[in-house]
Amino acid sequence: MRLAEGAGDRPLRLEATHMNGDPTPLLEAREIAKQYGPVVALRSADLSIAPGEVHALLGANGAGKSTLVKALSGVVRPDSGAITVSGKTVRPSSPRQAARLGLSPVFQDPALVPDLSVAQNLRLTGTPVDAVRSNLTSMGLELDLRQLVDDLPLPLLRMLDLARALAQDPQLLILDEITAALPSDLAELVFAVMRDWRERGRSVLFITHRLREVIDTCDRATILRDGVNVATVVPREGGEARIVEIMLGPEAARAEERAAELSGEEAAPVPVAGAAVESAEAVLEADDLRLGAVQGISFTLRPGEVLGIAALEGQGQDELFEALAGQRKPEGGEIRLRGKAFKARHPYDAIRRGMVLVPPDRLLARLPPRAVRENVAAPRSNSPLRWGPIHVRDEGRKVREAVDALQIDVRAGRQVRRLSGGNQQKVTIARWLASGFTVLLCNDPTRGIDVGTKRQVYRLLRDLAENGAAILFFSSELTELPLVSDRVITIYAGRVTAELPGRAADEATLLSSMHGLVLEGSAA
Amino acid sequence: MTEAATVAAHEYRGVPAWRRNLRLHGWTIGVWLVLLAMIPYWRSLSQQSFSFDIQALAIDALPLCFAAMAQAVVVISGGIDLSVGSLMGLMNVLSAKHMMGMSFREAIVFSLVILLLAALAGGLTGLVITVTRIPDIVVTLGMLFVWYGVGLWVMEIPGGGAPQQFFDLALGSVGSTVIPGALVIVFVALAVLWLPIRRLRSGLSIYAVGSNRNAAYLSGINVARTRIGAYMLGGVFAGLGGLALTATSGIGDPNSGSIYTLNSVAAVVLGGVSLLGGVGGLIGPIAAAYILTLSKTVLLIRGTDPNYAAVYQGLLIILVVVVGGLLSRKTHR
Repeated sequence: MRLAEGAGDRPLRLEATHMNGDPTPLLEAREIAKQYGPVVALRSADLSIAPGEVHALLGANGAGKSTLVKALSGVVRPDSGAITVSGKTVRPSSPRQAARLGLSPVFQDPALVPDLSVAQNLRLTGTPVDAVRSNLTSMGLELDLRQLVDDLPLPLLRMLDLARALAQDPQLLILDEITAALPSDLAELVFAVMRDWRERGRSVLFITHRLREVIDTCDRATILRDGVNVATVVPREGGEARIVEIMLGPEAARAEERAAELSGEEAAPVPVAGAAVESAEAVLEADDLRLGAVQGISFTLRPGEVLGIAALEGQGQDELFEALAGQRKPEGGEIRLRGKAFKARHPYDAIRRGMVLVPPDRLLARLPPRAVRENVAAPRSNSPLRWGPIHVRDEGRKVREAVDALQIDVRAGRQVRRLSGGNQQKVTIARWLASGFTVLLCNDPTRGIDVGTKRQVYRLLRDLAENGAAILFFSSELTELPLVSDRVITIYAGRVTAELPGRAADEATLLSSMHGLVLEGSAA
Repeated sequence: MTEAATVAAHEYRGVPAWRRNLRLHGWTIGVWLVLLAMIPYWRSLSQQSFSFDIQALAIDALPLCFAAMAQAVVVISGGIDLSVGSLMGLMNVLSAKHMMGMSFREAIVFSLVILLLAALAGGLTGLVITVTRIPDIVVTLGMLFVWYGVGLWVMEIPGGGAPQQFFDLALGSVGSTVIPGALVIVFVALAVLWLPIRRLRSGLSIYAVGSNRNAAYLSGINVARTRIGAYMLGGVFAGLGGLALTATSGIGDPNSGSIYTLNSVAAVVLGGVSLLGGVGGLIGPIAAAYILTLSKTVLLIRGTDPNYAAVYQGLLIILVVVVGGLLSRKTHR
C-alpha cells in the first residue's frame, strides 16, 4: 500500500512541520466550556491542530472528549470559549455549518438514517454520490448504494460514515471512536485514510481509547482530564504509561497506589487466600453458554471474589450479562447458581434468586422522577410478603444505610434525575445493597462517571467482595480491572481467550487477549 | 498491516434486491391486493351496476382518503396529528359558508385560499410543537378542540353550500367514462402534492426525521423546519378533506370532521405507515381508506347492525396489522 510507506519518516516530519512550521493552526479552540445542567462536561479545554497533522484527543471516559467534538462540529453550542479555523473565528451552530467550514465529523453514533437507502442518505446531506463510491472503492469496499441502512452491519456503516465525511473534502476530519466498533482489518483501512489525509496536507482529529493506535498513527495528542486539557504530547513508542498517568490524574494514581498497598498487604498470604477461594464452592457457574454473539463461554465465580471481564465492544459481553440477569434465554449451555440450574425467564426471577444487575445505561435502571428513597427501596417490593403497607421506618433505615455506605450526595434534590451521573449510578448500586443479593453483575458500572466516584465504586466493590459477595465486573476501561478484580477473563468473538490473575492484568496483556491474539497464536 | 488491509474483510453481499423491495413496498402491494380481493365479494352482494358502485365507493371514501394522507405525512415525520378531523370540519364549514352563491370559478379560487389557510393552520400546530417541545399528541389534542371551537364559531348549525359544478367535481365521472371523478382527484392530489416532494430532499428529510431524529440532525437536516413542513403538508391534505366534505355532503357541518381523526390513524396503520415514523408512504393509506369504507358498505349490505359493524371493523384492522406484521417479520429474517 502506497499510503503505508509514508509512515516510516513521520517522526522527522513531525518535528519539522509542526513544531517550527506553519504558525497558523488549522483549528484552534480556546477555553471551551460546556455544562449540562449540574454536570460540567468541559471546564476549559484548549486544542490546537496544525495543517497536515493527525492529532489525537485522549482522556478517560467522561473527560469531555465527545463534548469537545460536538462543540467543534456544531452539535452543541459551548457555554463559552472561542473556535478559530485558519485564524478566523467561527461559531458552528449546526453540523451542516461545520461541514461548510471544512470540519467533517464521524460521530460515535452512526449518523445515517436507518429507514432510507444509502443513496438517499447521501442525497439528504447533499454529498456527491460518485465521491463516496470512489472513496469506498479505494478502501476496497464494494457496496450497493441502494441497500437500506438498516440492513447493513455496524462496521460497514462506520466505513460509510467515513466515506461520506471524506466526500465533503474537509480540511479537518474528526473521527470520534470510529475504531471502537471495527474489526482490525477495517481499522487498518481507517489508518490508511488518516495517513493519506495527512499526505494531502489536511488534518485529522482522532479520538480513541486504544493507545496503541495513537502511537502508531498520531503526530501529537491532547489529553483531557475532567474537562480540562492537561497536556499535549508527542506520542512515542513506550510512552503509554506516561500518557495513562496524565489521563488518569493524581487521584486515580493515588487509587492505584492504594491498590498496590492493598495487594501489598495481601502479598504474603496470596497463594493461600487464592487456594481458599479455590476451594470455596462456586456460586455462579457458566458452562459453554451460547446466545447471540456468545459462542460458548464458561467460567466460575466464587463467593468473595471479583471476576473481571475485559472485551472490546460487541464481543458478546452484553449478551452474557443479559442471559445472567434473566433478560434473554441462552440458546445453549447452562448457568448454575449455587450448583442448581438457573433458568430465569424474566429479570424478576433472577433478582429473586439474588442475581442482580448494575447496567451500563443508568437510564434503564432508574425511575428518574421519583425520590432516591423509592428508587433504592423499589426491589424490596419484589417479595409478595412485602406487598402490604410499607414499613416506613424499616425501609428508611435500610435506604439510609445504603446511601451512607455509598456516600451518595443527595443534596442535588429529591428526584433521582436531578442527581449527577455518578450519584445516579450509585443509586443503581444502592438498590441492591438495600435489598440484598448473592451475585452482583456489574456491566461497565463506571461508564461516564468521574474519577472520584469511580474510586468509591472500586472501594465499594472490594468491600462487598471481602464480605463474601460474588461480583462479575465488566469494564470498558482496562486500567480499572487490575484495581478491582481477583481474576480477569478476556472475551473475544464470544469466547474466553485468557484468564489472568487480577494483578497480572495490565493493559498490554489484556489488549492482546482482547484482540484474540493469544487465541490465534495458540491455534497456529 | 497491509496484508490485513488487503483481506477483503467484507464479502458482504447485502440483502437481495427482491427482498429489499418486498420490505419497502410489500405492505402497500398487500393492502391493494386486500382491496382488490374485497371487490368481487362486495359485487356479489350488491344489486347495483358496477359503475354505480364504484362511483359510490369513491365518493364515500373521498374525505377519508384525504384524512389518511394528511395523517400519513405527519406520522412519517415522526409525529401524530389528532387535529386532522376537526381541521377538516373547520375547512368544511368555512368553504360551505362562503362558497354559497359563488360562481364555479370563484369557488375554485376560494378553494385555493382554503388550502392555504389549512397549510397555515398545520404549520401553526407544527410551530407550537417544535418551539415548546411539548409532545405532538398533546399539542394536536389541544388543536383538535381549538379548530372544532373555531368551526362552531364560523357556523353554529349545519348549512351553506357551493356551486353545482363544484359538487360535480367529486360526484361526477371523467368525461363519458365510468372512472369516478372522486378517484381521480385523490390520485391527482397524490401526484401533484406528494410524489414530487418525496423525490426532493425535503421529502427525504421528512422520512429521515421520522426514522431517527438524532441521525437526521447529525446529517445536517433542520429538524424543526422539516417537522413544521410535514404538518403544513398534512394541513393541505386536511384542507382537501374539508373541501371533499363540502363537495360530497353539499353543506357545511361543524361536526362533520369528528370521525376522521381516529379513522385517519386507522387508515395509516392499516396502510403500512409505522407509528414510530420513517416508514411507509401515502399509497398504502389510500388503499386502507377504501378498505375501511368498503368494509362498512359490505357490512351494511349484509344487514349487520351498524353498532356491531364498528366491532368488525376494529377486528379487521387488528387482524390485518397482525398478519402483516408476522409476514414482514418473516421477510426481515
